[in-house]
Amino acid sequence: MDPITLSRWQFGLTTIYHWLFVPLTLGLGWYVAYFQTRYYQTKDEAWRKMAKFWGKLFLINFAIGVVTGIVQEFQFGMNWSEYSRYVGDIFGAPLAVEALMAFFMESTFLGIWIFGEGRVSEKVHLASIWLAAIGSNLSALWILLANGFMQAPPANSYVYNEANGRLELINFFALIGNPKGWIFFWHTISDGVAMAAFLILAVSAYHIARKQNVDFFKRSFNIAAVSGLVAGVLIFLGGHTMGQYMAEVQPMKLAALEAIWETEQPASFSLLTIGDLSGKKEIWSIRIPAAMSFLACNNFTCEVKGVNELQATYEQQYGPGDYIPLMIVTYWTFRIMMAFGLAMIAITAYFVWANMRGDITKAKWMKWAPWILVLPYLANASGWILTEMGRQPWIVYGLLKVEDAVSPNLTTVDLLISLIGYTVVYGTLAVSMVYLMKKYAIAGPDAAMHESVDVAPARVGAQD
Amino acid sequence: MSYEFLQILWFILIAVLWIGFHFLEGFDFGVGMLLPFLGKKDEERRAIINSIGSVWDGNEVWLLTAGGATFAAFPEWYATMFSGFYLALFLLLVGLIIRGVSFEYRSKDAAPAWRNRFDWMIAIGSFMAALLLGAAFANLARGVPIDENMMFTGNLFTLLNPYGLLGGLTTVAIFLLHGANFLGLKLEGELRERVNVFAKKLWIGATVLYIVFGIYTYIAGFWARGFIDPGIAPIAAVAVLLAAGYFINQKMEGWAFIMVALNIVLTQVTFFSMTFPNVMLSTTNPAYSLTIYNASSSQYTLGVMSIIALIFVPIVLAYQGWTYYMFRQRISTDKKTLVY
Repeated sequence: MDPITLSRWQFGLTTIYHWLFVPLTLGLGWYVAYFQTRYYQTKDEAWRKMAKFWGKLFLINFAIGVVTGIVQEFQFGMNWSEYSRYVGDIFGAPLAVEALMAFFMESTFLGIWIFGEGRVSEKVHLASIWLAAIGSNLSALWILLANGFMQAPPANSYVYNEANGRLELINFFALIGNPKGWIFFWHTISDGVAMAAFLILAVSAYHIARKQNVDFFKRSFNIAAVSGLVAGVLIFLGGHTMGQYMAEVQPMKLAALEAIWETEQPASFSLLTIGDLSGKKEIWSIRIPAAMSFLACNNFTCEVKGVNELQATYEQQYGPGDYIPLMIVTYWTFRIMMAFGLAMIAITAYFVWANMRGDITKAKWMKWAPWILVLPYLANASGWILTEMGRQPWIVYGLLKVEDAVSPNLTTVDLLISLIGYTVVYGTLAVSMVYLMKKYAIAGPDAAMHESVDVAPARVGAQD
Repeated sequence: MSYEFLQILWFILIAVLWIGFHFLEGFDFGVGMLLPFLGKKDEERRAIINSIGSVWDGNEVWLLTAGGATFAAFPEWYATMFSGFYLALFLLLVGLIIRGVSFEYRSKDAAPAWRNRFDWMIAIGSFMAALLLGAAFANLARGVPIDENMMFTGNLFTLLNPYGLLGGLTTVAIFLLHGANFLGLKLEGELRERVNVFAKKLWIGATVLYIVFGIYTYIAGFWARGFIDPGIAPIAAVAVLLAAGYFINQKMEGWAFIMVALNIVLTQVTFFSMTFPNVMLSTTNPAYSLTIYNASSSQYTLGVMSIIALIFVPIVLAYQGWTYYMFRQRISTDKKTLVY
């Protein structure tokens, strides 16, 4: 395999892996902060236990998110040096601000939160978890503004400098005011909340079904069901807004995720399309008339451009080449994301409704409920695969192609070493992480008050 | 502000970030490497980890910020160095990954084998990071093959030259000593006695390596190839290291720590003044070197970044400094007070 293919695989794998952990960090921090706030206000020990128990799971997950994040920042230079030269004048700034503004805040205050209990005042301890949660969500904002530039560079933010052959920033506010970045941010932080809600729902359901700590987990379950529903709706609205903005700035991505070959007015929404193996020709499909027009521009009559027409336009604009993303990937990841996202809304709505109707702790479905945890993970991964694959062949939309962005000095051997190395290290970490998450989730809230859930009772006693 | 002023300012700011990183993560790496050797019992190891527990992650952000600032202010430097040092940086990342996760995971299971495994991962990860950082900086001081298109033309073995390796080992030794001094300030009782004995031995090794490395630098002519003569900085660096030996012997832990910290700062000052105005010296042809002038961002970006740095750097320094003040007490191995 050539270095470009390997670099792409490495970026894809390390990014998807990183993204398995980050949404939970983004969302669960808010819950822990909220539980601790309730404890601070009421002095009800149950809230303290909730902050502790969910806080333990938060930390186990956080550790991997943070260390894999370092790889993310370094690999732009390591694997994509031509990209870094071409857009560094613009793209470097949000990354530096992310570190300066968000990473310092997140890591410093999380350190105070973990080690400060009993050492700093209760108020400072409470403030530290809020600041850590704000810090991690702020980091999401800056990296999404950076990614927003790659997806839809705001025309008034940059110029091409002939002399040194690169893009240069001319308006910082246009860069950070990029609607694409802010829509991403909205979609992403509500996704974090939903992810955390589903973890809380799944773990709570596990315990409720086994009649363990029912009060504790019922309270957690109800809070997560309501907030998960609200977050789910917000994700949907964010996604819908994104679709309309995409029609404007990335029409090819929109056409590809819908497999619209010919320009349609009004455009139908495909429920199911079967293409041939190349993924580039349609064989058979079921469609809902005019629904795609609604997704793209909020009315049932507008025109949605098809892949073939866009390909012709781009060839004229950028020269010969293949401007169509790998349709089989964009089409199916979009469907998985949508289907699972909608299922998450339906499930949380059902939970809220069931809870208003009667005692959910006796519900038969409770023992199956932990499996819902699969949904947000698959939806999250699909969403990012769609976003990044839908941008192909561009690394910066309309300005630089992925094939021109890779580090030219890297050899296949370099990349095989790093790709295999990351796979082994990340795989091992995932095993430890799943083992610990399961252990702490199953052990329940009383054990979370101690050093380690499997420490012998005599030694645990000393910890209280 | 003129373009040149901004380019110099950002060179200085990035130097400050690296100095801060070496000073802060230097003792973190040292503590990490000492962990399995110094801590015999589980409580002792936990106390050693807790000495940096609340701060190591924040200290590591200095590295991320240095990386991000280099990307923003000198994209060509970032691109050439990060792609050029590809496998070295990959190993550095692996070191940082296994170490960072281990801090969090080592106490989450009570099995001694589990804990021991993660303790060793902390030590090995810290060692890899220190060694590779030292080797990378030595190679930057020495110069690396770069062609007329700012492209690195070597490979991993180019970096593994005697000077690079010696730089790596010297960094490891200095960080070990720095970590031991830090622990002398943070621990108490028997463990503190033990670390003071360690510090004495480590000082001998670190000082010998440091002086050999310094002489090598001087004889090989890697010296003063830029505009600025490092002046008395390197001599002062040796002097404070020798003074550290005296204070370690006198059990004056605070002064010993300050002296080694100064040694680290002065070493970095020497490095950056030797380099200026180059950021990456080409051994292929000095004319191909990356400098603060040909590697920098536009004047506009540097200006915007300066304003952002002016606002946020003081805030970060204030709350990070406050954290150290907050956690200034010594850590006992008494299980009642240990945080897990």
